[in-house]
Amino acid sequence: MAILELSNVSKHFGAIQALTAVSLTLRAGEVVGLMGDNGAGKSTLVKIIAGNFPPSSGTMSMLGSAVRFHKPSDARSQGVEIVYQDLALCDNLSAAENVFLGREVMRGFGPVRWIDYRTMYQRAGELFTELKSETRPRDLVRRMSGGQRQAVAIARTRLSDPKIVLMDEPTAAISVRQVAEVLSLIRRLRDHHIAVVLISHRMPDVFSVADRVVVLRRGEKVADKPVAQTSPEEITGLITGAIATA
Amino acid sequence: MDPSLEQAIGRRVHRHWLSWLVGQQTFWVSMAALLAFVSLTLASDVFATQQNLFNVARNFAFVAIIAIGMTAVIITGGIDLSVGAVLVLSGMVIGMTMNAGMSIWLAVPLALGVSLAVGAFNGVLIAYVGVPPFVVTLGMLSIARSAAMVLSNNRMVYSFGPDQPALLALGGGFVTLALPFVDPIRIPNPLIFLLILLVITSLVFRWTRWGRYLFAIGGNERASVATGVPVKAMKISVYMFCALCAGLAGILEVGWLGTITTGLGQGMELTVIAASVIGGANLSGGIGTALGAVIGAALIEVIRNSLTLLGISTFWQGIFVGSFIIIAVLFDRLRSRDANE
Repeated sequence: MAILELSNVSKHFGAIQALTAVSLTLRAGEVVGLMGDNGAGKSTLVKIIAGNFPPSSGTMSMLGSAVRFHKPSDARSQGVEIVYQDLALCDNLSAAENVFLGREVMRGFGPVRWIDYRTMYQRAGELFTELKSETRPRDLVRRMSGGQRQAVAIARTRLSDPKIVLMDEPTAAISVRQVAEVLSLIRRLRDHHIAVVLISHRMPDVFSVADRVVVLRRGEKVADKPVAQTSPEEITGLITGAIATA
Repeated sequence: MDPSLEQAIGRRVHRHWLSWLVGQQTFWVSMAALLAFVSLTLASDVFATQQNLFNVARNFAFVAIIAIGMTAVIITGGIDLSVGAVLVLSGMVIGMTMNAGMSIWLAVPLALGVSLAVGAFNGVLIAYVGVPPFVVTLGMLSIARSAAMVLSNNRMVYSFGPDQPALLALGGGFVTLALPFVDPIRIPNPLIFLLILLVITSLVFRWTRWGRYLFAIGGNERASVATGVPVKAMKISVYMFCALCAGLAGILEVGWLGTITTGLGQGMELTVIAASVIGGANLSGGIGTALGAVIGAALIEVIRNSLTLLGISTFWQGIFVGSFIIIAVLFDRLRSRDANE
């Protein structure tokens, strides 16, 4: 069953048509690579799914029932989590504190409540173990590698048992070895039956991790096919417009 | 599950407590203060006397109380230049109302309430209108001092109505602590207020959401917004907290001096910021401790006191305090460079 279904979603900002009648289906445990040139509408599409703004027209449904997000917390409460391109981490806090930022575990009796660091460290450790990332919950994020920082940002999405994780260019600014680490983190999410939307400019990453690739050009969906049935050359052609549609 | 991975994640980096200690700026500032303390005891007969230490403790308590509030603001990446003006406004409110015969039980909450209102005004402009903290509080520095002048018509107030003894005892009094084998120690009231505030603030910084959000906002404000931290409400509350500290110091200082003029606390904001920075607060946000602010304030007062006792012109004070600010920041730079390598 489809976790998320977009049908004929359009978005315009004043006179600018950012997205035209895009339909898209996401299934559990599926990694979808979302590709397109700058300004093709990738971020607009992701922001609609994440609840940053509602579509101008078209409908969205999750697990068969219609949804309409007006703010990011609406999407979050329905199980849509987003990993921002800059990861949204606080360098001066520990990994566990970042994972739980805004959702700290509290304990205490009566009105006196304090932060339960022990549970937070333990739970964060479990999440990192699940993600098979060698990240210590007590370490400051400032001292971490790019791959570990990604693990912290991804562990944050796992706190709430999400259905969909949107990832904005997670491999854009990190080293080759760390890219492999991040791609394996994405596979872990898939193993937990989470649908992942991966926005990326990097063809090899999409081809190594995605099950399906969706190409946007000038706000329109020009391709949506399994990775096995296409090639980097074809996708490049679709992105640039050398190939009209597939 | 891979056991070696679990071990790696579960491993705490066991740093020796000594190596942790020497990495703390608060430790080095404490050492500097201690060194100054010991050398002054040797160099001057007067320094280590009970009366002089009593004065030093009381004098630095006012700056230290405000420095705790300032540190909270600096941790969020902000600054509050209006603390000296809030101090005099709070002092003037309590002075004028008690002069008019109001009970201290009403005058104190009123003075603190005015301070909180000033802090809330700063906070709203900073959080909701997006005016830089430097500009808002620079304006408030002028407004609050001017309001104190308007309130008092720039008079000196030295009679505080029927509750005058209570006010003088509040700021100028002391608690006698009896210890075995030595003379009883007199602890000035402002120092007691400072110690209570220090303990509470230290616990709050570490163990409450409010405290951790201060650090999160200073570390990455955009991330804090994205993860649902109530950044705007936090900013308002932290400027209110800082103003409350300034207001409290104002009440205590009036009680100690037994008089108030509109010149009180002039230029104090710079000493307070210096105390916070020497104590390890980072002006770019995200780092700072309450204890550091208190020790920074103590160091400044010990320097000031020592120059007087050693017969050195007080004109030198600025050079010493300024050098400490620069050394403290240089130390922080060196340390963070070590951490990055």
